Amino acid sequence: MTTDGAKPRRYQSLRRGAITLLVVAAIYQAVAHSGYFAPALMPSLGDVARTLVDSIFDGSILEHAGATLYRVLVGFGFAVAVGLPLGVMMGRFRPVENFVMPLTSALMPIPSLAWVPVFILWFGLGNTVTILIVFYAALFPMLLNTWSGVRSVNPIWLRAAGAMGANERALFWKVIIPGASPFIIAGLRQSFLRAWIAVIGAEMLAASDWGLGWVIFDAKEFLNTDVMLASLIVIGCIGFFTERLVFGSIERATIYRWGMARTAKG
Amino acid sequence: MHDIVEDFEIAPAPAAAETAHFRRAAQNAFPFIVVGALWEAVAHLGLFPAQFFPSLEAVAAVFARLTLNGALPHHAFDTLVRLTAGFALAAVVGVAIGILMGRSRRAEDILLPLVSIGAPIPGLAYAPLFLLWFGPGNVPAVVLVAFVSAFPIIYNSWTGVKAVKDIWVRSAQAMGADHRRMFRHVILPGALPYILTGLRLGLAQAWRILVAVEMLAAVPWGLGWLIFGAQEFLNTDVMLAGIAVIAVIGLTLEKLVFQPLEAFTVVRWGMMT
Repeated sequence: MTTDGAKPRRYQSLRRGAITLLVVAAIYQAVAHSGYFAPALMPSLGDVARTLVDSIFDGSILEHAGATLYRVLVGFGFAVAVGLPLGVMMGRFRPVENFVMPLTSALMPIPSLAWVPVFILWFGLGNTVTILIVFYAALFPMLLNTWSGVRSVNPIWLRAAGAMGANERALFWKVIIPGASPFIIAGLRQSFLRAWIAVIGAEMLAASDWGLGWVIFDAKEFLNTDVMLASLIVIGCIGFFTERLVFGSIERATIYRWGMARTAKG
Repeated sequence: MHDIVEDFEIAPAPAAAETAHFRRAAQNAFPFIVVGALWEAVAHLGLFPAQFFPSLEAVAAVFARLTLNGALPHHAFDTLVRLTAGFALAAVVGVAIGILMGRSRRAEDILLPLVSIGAPIPGLAYAPLFLLWFGPGNVPAVVLVAFVSAFPIIYNSWTGVKAVKDIWVRSAQAMGADHRRMFRHVILPGALPYILTGLRLGLAQAWRILVAVEMLAAVPWGLGWLIFGAQEFLNTDVMLAGIAVIAVIGLTLEKLVFQPLEAFTVVRWGMMT
């Protein structure tokens, strides 16, 4: 009964969704062909698709995507490598928290991209600036989520483990880390999201000669709107892929399975 | 003797409170003093040219000069106006779309594909496109800020309306509430914590992106532009003064807007987001 009712409903949703996309595409196409805007500003969908396919086949967009992914992963990796242990230490040791917390709350409200011009002066154009900006953007969500995760570990678990004779190391690996993991995973996800935004902005401002952000910004100079839209599609696909598939499956494999689901958004 | 004892009994309480207060302030100031001293040491040792690594007193001097001649307040004011305009636009449109999506299945089916296609693309990636379409200046900056901050607002309003308990809706219906009353007295209050969370996330998102947008959009005034323009002349001190103002505005937003909003929703409705 319920499946019979749910099925046509899902088809209806899918059909309506598909119709929306088709209608929006048709309107865009009509406006593009009407010649009201210059074709350089509003290329037809066919042109965008052709540019995208061409750049995939000659490999250029893949190299740009590779450069961007390299920067975002290195910066994100450093942020995790620093933020995770520091966050745990902040959660466990009062003096560390007292020292790091004021600095964090002063630095966090500064958007990472505000540092781009300063970093360009200090380190010159290129990978270093982009990676540092990504690091800055990704560090704080990681740090704060780990910290609140460690602090939110149920004290009864700690006492129970202590009463059962767990030493400091067992306590850490068997109780604190699993207990804090929903927060840590939420932190990873949030950090990556910030890193992904920051890398595109940083590449636009501190462009060397590779990277998806740089392609979009560079295409503006030559009014290559088709290149811009094609790169936007690639950026959207990568963002969607990491958000849904990578982090979604990590969450399903860990915290949902352990029954510790928690809504952490942002 | 008796008097003294009584004095003695009253005195310690405020004194202790003051000491605790003072200790907290000292505790918070301590890391900044350490970092500041390190910075000063590096700046004065001359490891880097002073132009790139100005001492703190140089930054403070520039800060005072730019504040007194009105340049810094003007930049900050323009940035705040853009933030407010973009965010207000996003709030109105985003909440409306989100509630519509939550209430009507048809609207949800139509709008959800568009929202889920637009959301995973970082807002800044649209910046060059918007600059081409709207020309440089204020219009693309405000539109982009609005566009970026609209997504969390839409998403949370939508979730909020859908999270309103079915039983509340049904009991209101059973008691004969019409559509308007239902919306005003059941749906809206039920969804409000989510909507407020969405607004908070949207504002934070807008703030994070605005500075970069100002750098890209070549607006005549604005903190982002101040920092970016100073790069041409290697004025690191001006940049750091600009970043200090950005930090102050960000902290103020955090303390005066985000935290009260969060406390308000969590305390009043007893829910955590």
